[in-house]
Amino acid sequence: MSKIITMTSGKGGVGKTTTAAAFASGLALQGHKTVVIDFDVGLRNLDLVMGCERRVVFDFINVINGDAKLNQALIKDKRVENLAILPTSQTRDKDALTQKGVGKVLEQLKEDFDYIICDSPAGIEKGALMALYHADEAIIVTNPEVSSVRDSDRILGVLQSRSRRAEENLEPVKEHLLLTRYDANRVERGEMLKVDDVLEILGIPLLGIIPESQSVLKASNVGQPVILDTDSAAGRAYNDAVSRFLGETIEHRFMKPERRGLFQRLLWRTA
Amino acid sequence: MSILDLFWRRSKPSAPEARERLQILLAHERAGTSQPDYLPQLHRDILEAIGKYIDIDQEKISVEFENAGKVSMLEVNVELPSGGLVAKPQPKPKPAKRRAAPRTRKRAAAALPKGAAAETA
Repeated sequence: MSKIITMTSGKGGVGKTTTAAAFASGLALQGHKTVVIDFDVGLRNLDLVMGCERRVVFDFINVINGDAKLNQALIKDKRVENLAILPTSQTRDKDALTQKGVGKVLEQLKEDFDYIICDSPAGIEKGALMALYHADEAIIVTNPEVSSVRDSDRILGVLQSRSRRAEENLEPVKEHLLLTRYDANRVERGEMLKVDDVLEILGIPLLGIIPESQSVLKASNVGQPVILDTDSAAGRAYNDAVSRFLGETIEHRFMKPERRGLFQRLLWRTA
Repeated sequence: MSILDLFWRRSKPSAPEARERLQILLAHERAGTSQPDYLPQLHRDILEAIGKYIDIDQEKISVEFENAGKVSMLEVNVELPSGGLVAKPQPKPKPAKRRAAPRTRKRAAAALPKGAAAETA
């Protein structure tokens, strides 16, 4: 039975696309047939983060409109087996996404894939609503910062009222919190919300903590999902989160600052 | 500055304030999700109606909708200016309009039994 997982946040720039790319790759690496879809019509970026921007010929909207077959639009990842990307259109307007059209494509994808990852655009407009409508599970990507937490709370409300599961009175969408750009040093200095603060405010289970890491930018620079960088803290944190999602019990890491010597600290602070 | 930071006393932690602000805000916003859509319009209409007679500050009026179980409460709070009620000079009503008003009312009243009769029929 395949599952539709939506990466959503309300707020922009918190790491939805990074997370969608990492999660899809992680699930595929663990042997699950996975496809990741970009729902940000007009501002597509998943292709760039996944490093397949030059291989886009047809897109999601082409498939919805019947201008292309699904197989023509799907891009098979070159690094990870079992992984495909469905890019979105760069030019057409957001109205191209229709509930019926999206539903039809998702049904078709369900035949071939175990996991369908929907990368939602920011906001609570049509694109975001379309991305979360069909979700079985949702990963709420949140930064430990007031506006992000507030927007996550809003999007949780939308999930609980406007998703297909809510409308059809089915079991509610399963919600997971993924706290990204977490800086344990700043948390320790009292400059950043703690994991527990965010958990208490949002009241949904924690899937993982992704530490603030320079490797995320490096990964997007070269178009490689950060989860493939197994030396980086962010890559390892995403790996943990994927395993947790698949049912493994793994203790949360990266909640405490790494201990540095005085010399290192001086260097770090002046850097 | 960053090196000196190590020796200087650190500034007050700001995260607890963030947490507190969020808790208050979200408690308010969550309660507000069941608010009817017409609330902002109602707010404007009340403001306009009161504004016809009294000079009041836009900020000094609050219209809140509260949902507690089976009971819903619409709370309208108007803070009047410190000088008490300052009546705005009312434009003299035109006699023609005054005459017109009762007539329409009469007509409405006359229409009522007809409607009632139609219903019973």
